[in-house]
Order: sequence, then C-alpha cells, then structure tokens
Amino acid sequence: MNASVDTPETTAVRVTSGAARRIRLRGLSDRSIAWLFITPTIALLLAINIFPLIWTIQMSFTNYKANMGWLRIKNVGIANYSDILGDPDLWAGMQTTAHFVFWSILLEVVLGFALALLVNHKFRGHSFWTTVILLPMMLSPAVVGNFWTFLYQPQVGLFNYLVNFFSGIPPSSFQMIGDVQLAPWTIVLVDTWMWTPYVMLICLAGLRSIPDSIYEAAEVDRASAWRTFWSVTLPMVMPFLMLAVLFRAIENFKMFDMVNLLTNGGPGSLTETVSITLKRAAFEKWHTGWSSALAIILFVAVFGAANIYIKVLNKVRQR
Amino acid sequence: MKPTDKTVRGVVALATIAALALGSGAARAEDKSLTLCWAAWDPANALVELSKDFTAKTGVKMKFEFVPWTSYADRFLNELNSHSKLCDLIIGDSQWIGGSAENGHYVKLNDFFDKNGIKMSDFVDATVVGYSEWPKNTPNYWALPAMADAVGWTYRKDWFAMPDVRKDFKAKYGRDLAPPKDWDEFLQVAKFFQGRQIAGKKVYGAYIFTERGSEGITMGVTNVMYDYGFEYDNPKKPYEMNGFVNSAGAVKGLEIYKQIFDCCTAPGMTNAYMSEGLDAFKSGQVAMQMNWFAFFPGLYKAMGPDKIGFFVNPAGPSGHYSQLGGQGISVVSYSDHKDDALNYIKWFAQPSVQQKWWEIGGYSALKAVVEAPGFPKSAPFAPDFLVTMGIVKDFWAEPNYASLLLDMQKRIHNYVVAGQGTAQLALDGLVKDWTKDFKDAGK
Repeated sequence: MNASVDTPETTAVRVTSGAARRIRLRGLSDRSIAWLFITPTIALLLAINIFPLIWTIQMSFTNYKANMGWLRIKNVGIANYSDILGDPDLWAGMQTTAHFVFWSILLEVVLGFALALLVNHKFRGHSFWTTVILLPMMLSPAVVGNFWTFLYQPQVGLFNYLVNFFSGIPPSSFQMIGDVQLAPWTIVLVDTWMWTPYVMLICLAGLRSIPDSIYEAAEVDRASAWRTFWSVTLPMVMPFLMLAVLFRAIENFKMFDMVNLLTNGGPGSLTETVSITLKRAAFEKWHTGWSSALAIILFVAVFGAANIYIKVLNKVRQR
Repeated sequence: MKPTDKTVRGVVALATIAALALGSGAARAEDKSLTLCWAAWDPANALVELSKDFTAKTGVKMKFEFVPWTSYADRFLNELNSHSKLCDLIIGDSQWIGGSAENGHYVKLNDFFDKNGIKMSDFVDATVVGYSEWPKNTPNYWALPAMADAVGWTYRKDWFAMPDVRKDFKAKYGRDLAPPKDWDEFLQVAKFFQGRQIAGKKVYGAYIFTERGSEGITMGVTNVMYDYGFEYDNPKKPYEMNGFVNSAGAVKGLEIYKQIFDCCTAPGMTNAYMSEGLDAFKSGQVAMQMNWFAFFPGLYKAMGPDKIGFFVNPAGPSGHYSQLGGQGISVVSYSDHKDDALNYIKWFAQPSVQQKWWEIGGYSALKAVVEAPGFPKSAPFAPDFLVTMGIVKDFWAEPNYASLLLDMQKRIHNYVVAGQGTAQLALDGLVKDWTKDFKDAGK
C-alpha cells in the first residue's frame, strides 16, 4: 500500500506554501499588475497591427509579388514611392477621392445637423420618424451599392422616374452611373443618403448635452432664436460636429465596397477612388511591393491629417 | 471461468474502439469525394448532372464550388496562390494557364495522358492551344479542354422576319435584312433598329460587352479589333507591340466599337457583361446580342425557335476572327486527392461522356463529337459554333495576364464608355502599359 496520509507536518507545509504564494501575489507592485493586464493587449496589437505595418513598410521598398513567390525579391529603394507620386493616374484617383470626401461630408454635416435640430424637438410620431431616418445607416454598404445600381437604371430605375416626375426630363434620356459628368455625384448622393443619419445621431448627442440653463440664460438676455443658435447651439455642438467629420472623413477616404458595387470605378476611371486603385494593384495585378508603398502613403496622409485635425478639435473643445 | 466486471468492461471498451475504427474506415471509403471549382453559370449546372455518372461509376462523391463570373478569377486565383486545398479539380480560365503552369498550381498531364491513351490531337486545335498548352504551341499540357467557348451573336429572328421591318430596311439600304456578315452591315442593322418601335415598344440596336471591373469590355472589343488588324505583338518578334497593338487597323477597330456603343446600345449599358446581355435580349430590348456560345442552349430553350437566331462574329477588312472563351479542366497540385481527380479527367475524356456533355448543355472540344456528321444539325447554334471555333484568337495567357487585362480594361473603358481621348491615344497608352508590365515580369 502506498497511500499518502496527511500528517500535521505535511498539512503545515502545504498551508505555508499556499500562503507564501498569496503573499507573493499580494506583493506585486501596481506597475507589475498593470503590465500583467496590458501584456495580452500589447501582444495582440503587435501581432495584428504593428507587425503587419512594419512588414508592409519593408515590402514597399521591394518588387515583391505575392502571386510569384518564387521570384527573387529585389530591393528597389524608393522607386515604388517615386513611381506612385509621379503617376498622373494616381493623382486623378486622389482628386476623385477628394471630391467624394469633400462633397459627401459637406452634405452629410449640413443635412445631419438640420435633421438633428428637427428630431431634437418632440412631435407626433417622433420615435417612428427617428427610426425611419436611421434605417439607411443600418444597411450593409454592399446592399446599398447593389440596390442603388437598380435605382439609377435609366430605363426601369426609380431615380430617373422621380427626376422625370419633378422636372419632366424623359427618364431614359439621361443616365447617372454611366455619365461622365454625373457619375462622381452618384456616389456622393448615395453616401449622403446612407450616412447622414449617423451625423445626425452625433449632432443629436451634442444637442442633448447642452444644459437647459444656458438656453434659459439666453432667453433672460432676450437673445433671438437666430442669435441663440449662433452663440449657444452651434459652438456647443461644434466638438461633436467635428468628431462626426473626422469619423466620416476617415471612413470615406478608404471607402471601397459601396463605390465598387455602384460604379466599379467607372465610367473609365472617373470614380476610381484610391482604395479601388489599391485593391486592383494589390489583389488583381499582384503588385504587392507597389501597393504596399501606396498603402503607406495613404496611411501617412490620413494619420497626419487626422492628427492635425484632432489638435484643432481639442482647441475647439477647450474654448 | 466467470468473467469479472473488469474483464467485461474491458471487452466492451475494446469492441467499441474496434467498431469505431472500422466504422470510420468504412465511412472514409464512402466519403471519398472531390471538389470541382468553376464559375456559376448554365454549363456548370450541366456538369453537376453529368458528374452523377462519375459518382455512380466510381463511388466518388462530387462537390462543387461555383462562384459568379465577376469574382471567379479573384476568388480562385487567390485559392491557387495561397496553395489552398479547396479545389481538387479546377476549370480555370484560358488566360490562367501560363501563371498556373509556371507557379506550379496545376499538375502537368503529359505522362498521365500518355499512360491513358488520351491524345490531344483528338481535340479541336484551338482549344488545345488555348486551354491546355504552356508555353503556347509546345506539347506541354496542363489541362484537358473541357468547355469550348467563344463569342457569338444572337438576333431577334421574329423582328427580322416582320414584313414592315423588312420593307423599311430594304427601302433604306437596298438589300434584304439579314444577320450581318461584316461590320459595315452590322452597323447598318444596329442603326436601323435603334429607337425603333416594335409591338409598341422602343427597342435598341445591339448589346455589346462594356463591363469595367473584370474582363468584359476587353472580351468584347477584341472581336472587332482582331478583324481590323489588331495583333498582340509582332508574330516574328514576341513582345514587340508597337505598331501591332496600336496599328492603324487596331485604332479603326476600336473606333468602330465606340461607334456601336454610341449609336446603337440601350441607355445604361455602361458596365454590362454576360447577364445584362441575356436580360436585355430576353426582355426584348435589343435586336442583336453579343455573348458567349455557352449561354445559347439556355437562351434557345427559354425563347423558343421563332424568336432567336444565331450568327458568327462579323468579319472585317483584315480578317475574320472571334474572341476565344472557354476553359480546360486541371488537377490542382495542392490537392490531397490527385489520383481521384486524374480518374475524373480520364472519365471525362471518354467520347461517350463528351457526347453526353454536349447533349445536356456543355460544349465539348472533342473532334469525335463536333466533327460528327450529325453535329451541325444537333442544335441551331451548332453550325455557327463550329465556324467560330475555327477562327478564334485569345488574349495573353502570360503569368502576368491580370495586369495586362486590367490595363486594357482601363484604357478601352476610358475611351469607349467615358469618351476620354482618342482611340490612338488609348492604344498608344496600352502599348506603354504592356511594355512596363512585361519589363516588370522580366520579359
């Protein structure tokens, strides 16, 4: 028989070692505990953000092609970067992106703020209409891209019939997606339709955060509604508006799915935003090195612009 | 000796393990399966039907991975490039052959063909060069021609037969209305129908490929450009493209395509490929439709013999050609079931299977099928298919074909649909792009 029997001595030893462990744990400094908690997060960040970033930077200086792994990877220095920055087609893509970002954000901010002012007042069916307004942003961009393609169809699409109803222009006499002049506006229009509710929500949060006492003070001072809007409402909502602009700008700068499904970058390359160029170069042409360089350029541009913007935003908040 | 509880438990446990092991072994034998990857279209459904015979004969179950044409290349080239084991067999596009051979994605089939008596001389020459060989015109085979295909045309037979329509056409052009034989005739017919009222409905002249994202507009425009003298490179000096891609004839061909787009297509057809053409034709929107022969059996079935007629791609001043489509079937080298996959190819190559393949909606490339005396009468589009397979040309099949294709898509769409620049500028730009692509690829 080889059964172990607890003796007072062994029990004492176990108790002592357990207590020692607890003491050791209790003895961890705040710094050590902090490290204990953030280490998994840091490890994840390193694995899925920092490592790919460093790898992308490294690839951007090579002629690497992911579909031709057997080819010897050659260091090409800054050739990819100079090629990209000197490529007129790419600058045209940048202009397309800028046009899309600028106009969609402008329209979303104006309309979103107006809707927020409207929804901020109680009226009959308030909840119902608020939900209806929010519906577009709940849809998938892929779905939106697809069904707007049908809506824009010149012969059977609802959009052309609506234009015909209000203006008398025959529906099949013009086309939105295939027209050189109108195609860039089609993506602006759809993005505005989809994301105005999002800007509205953020503005609504801003409006609801303004204390009633400030409006009461303005009333005591006999400020007009117009003056109250310019001196109270707008400045108080401004940080929220700027935040909405930041989120939408970042999102639209990398917009891919909706544009891809709606116009596929066409007609020609007139709606080819840089994200579509990047996807084509990386995953269709397999110019991995070149597209890594483009990704880094875009990253630096967005990161730099966002940082400047956040500094301005902080200044506005401090005012 | 009376067995103890312990002994009984031991025996039961052993028996259970043995049963599980045997069961899983049997299940493994029953579950032998192959996954075949292809595009989601009518012939794929026919192949599902055909493959039931293979399963019945061998017990190997067939699974299918079909994806829409618009994402077909993206999806399966990604699978191949990532050395995925998803597909045991793949019916890959003709342009993939160079890359798939050089990258080691496909199993080389020469030895297998020799061992099993499969002769490439038994298949239509154009399909062997187009779907199986890499390098081209050398006896190195990476696929068995599986689905012969090319661009052809359909026309509204009922409209062409209307007495008032025929009378108007004769009065206008001084000849009988008939399917066009060259591009001048084509333009006349297309212009004639454009905007015409037929049975109280406005109709349009023609449907042509204009799709931007994958390969559409390139697969369309080449049908005109080949006929006007477009060549991919100097036949005597490979990769020398200046003066061939942008020759005066090629420029003229491109201008004709734009002319057709501008004068004679329905509104909104600015990014349209196969399915849009089928819809436009079936719904009575257009008089003539460009599309792949692969769709014609289904279209004929859907519309009936009175409404649909077929014709070969029109000829031009420099020749008579048509864009090759279609695919070969290959064994993926990363597959764990290569032997079964090769068995499938061996089965598929049999004349009786190829005959059935044609009968149920596929397009066989086996000479025994297409050169049989009864073939031209076996379907109304069969004679045109036979003629077309004798005049086909294909796009580059180089390993970097995707770059070459995307460049052409961009240049052509910019000129034809967006109306940017001139045909000469578009093709000069294309020469520049392709020269850079080949330089990058070390050629």
